[in-house]
Amino acid sequence: MKPFTPEIDFDNTVISIRGLYKSFGSNHVLRGVDLDVHKGENVVVLGRSGTGKSVLIKIIAGLLKPDAGTVNVLGLEVEHLDNQSLRELRMKVGFCFQNGALYDSMTVGENLAFPIIRNQPKVRSAQRAKLVDVVLDAVGLSNTIDQMPSELSGGQRKRIGIARTLILRPDIMLYDEPTAGLDPITCTEINNLINEVQRRFNTSSIIITHDLTCAKVTGDNIAVMKEGQFIRQGNFDTVFATGDDLIKEFYDYNFIQ
Amino acid sequence: MEPNEQPEKPFISKGADDFFINVYEIFRFIARFFREALRRPWEVKEFIHQCYMIGYKSLALISLTGFITGLVFTKQSRPSLAEFGATSWLPSLISIAVVRALAPLVTALICAGKVGSSIGAELASMKVTEQVDAMEVSAINPFKYLVVTRVLATTVCIPLLMCYTAVVGLAGSYLDVHLNEQTSLIAFIQKAFVNISFLDLGASLFKSTVFGFTIGIVSAYLGYNASQGTQGVGKAANVSVVVSMFLIFIEEIVIVQIVNSIR
Repeated sequence: MKPFTPEIDFDNTVISIRGLYKSFGSNHVLRGVDLDVHKGENVVVLGRSGTGKSVLIKIIAGLLKPDAGTVNVLGLEVEHLDNQSLRELRMKVGFCFQNGALYDSMTVGENLAFPIIRNQPKVRSAQRAKLVDVVLDAVGLSNTIDQMPSELSGGQRKRIGIARTLILRPDIMLYDEPTAGLDPITCTEINNLINEVQRRFNTSSIIITHDLTCAKVTGDNIAVMKEGQFIRQGNFDTVFATGDDLIKEFYDYNFIQ
Repeated sequence: MEPNEQPEKPFISKGADDFFINVYEIFRFIARFFREALRRPWEVKEFIHQCYMIGYKSLALISLTGFITGLVFTKQSRPSLAEFGATSWLPSLISIAVVRALAPLVTALICAGKVGSSIGAELASMKVTEQVDAMEVSAINPFKYLVVTRVLATTVCIPLLMCYTAVVGLAGSYLDVHLNEQTSLIAFIQKAFVNISFLDLGASLFKSTVFGFTIGIVSAYLGYNASQGTQGVGKAANVSVVVSMFLIFIEEIVIVQIVNSIR
């Protein structure tokens, strides 16, 4: 289990979700979700595929609108923000996509510089290059700056995706399946990187995963989702100290008991 | 009690509802295009890049097609005019055909195939690989950066390409006329432009602008709203070409009717 993170400020809630519902046609994906994320805390949302985990963070990032409920991020209600306010909020919320979502037509360096060019046009090119170097160094891929995304491995793409998010120095990181489709060694590297980002950049994070090792290593708080609702929350040992069939099944599959 | 518990019943029928919803979405998309295009900051650098990709990169294909169209049309027209001993009318006939109809149509159809499919596939690919979402969550306006620049580029470049096609088409025609009738270039130009009015030129430029906007907006709409993974990318590219071409023919008919009523 992850050791206690002393930097967590339990008096400061950066994300507060209450009574969140979301449906696509007749498919009710989220059915009354409540969640709090504190400053400096890594919250892992664990669950099987199709339980609504990714939809939850897309709503937090303002990519989807909820049917009902409130999503408060850094003191702002996401669903009521105008375009300008949402844009300002998004600069403080980093979103790491499952496959990196790197821009195919740009090199790694251009991918990283792009958010700065668009959002902080007054930053000079020398300073921009320095920022790119810092985040590339943070993810341990300084040698890939001139490579195209198609030349990178799956793990490298995810790390560059994280670097691109970090360049705007967000307060909150949202990770969508950061270890999906990776070998165990790369998974460990990504898990360590998530913890390193939490420490070095003092971020609060929501990590969407179905990988228990990832949850165990990175999560200060684990929330298990089933059919659009959280059925258990707490630290890793608390969550898995139960006789609930779903939780036991999850644990057994991941750790092959 | 969950919201939206009751499944919604179709208003007319599912197919008809989908059709009207699509039409409504397209008009919303067009309205958003004008709203974003008029709002600062303008994406000048990306617009120039798109003009280069859409305009300059199409020159080779347009040159070949335009030249051959002019040459072949002249060859095909000669026997009919020769029957009446009227081959001297060839430059005039060809220039009217090229400027009024062939250049705008050929340019638009070539661009619908080359540019429309490229825009549709590129945007669809970006959509299904979450690159569009990645822009959005990086506080970048993907609509302005991806859609507005491409639609403006097609709207500006296709009239320019049409002018170029007309010149190249007349060059093809001149080659054939010169080889058969030993007509000089100056005599060809004089005969070619004697029956061309400003209305012809203006109408062709207007038509090409409409065609360019149609190709851009249709391809961008289909690409930007793509779904269903890689299958959706192919579908967006394919449907972009088909719908653009269909609309180009409809617009051609409508604009020709309007211009003829003015003439």
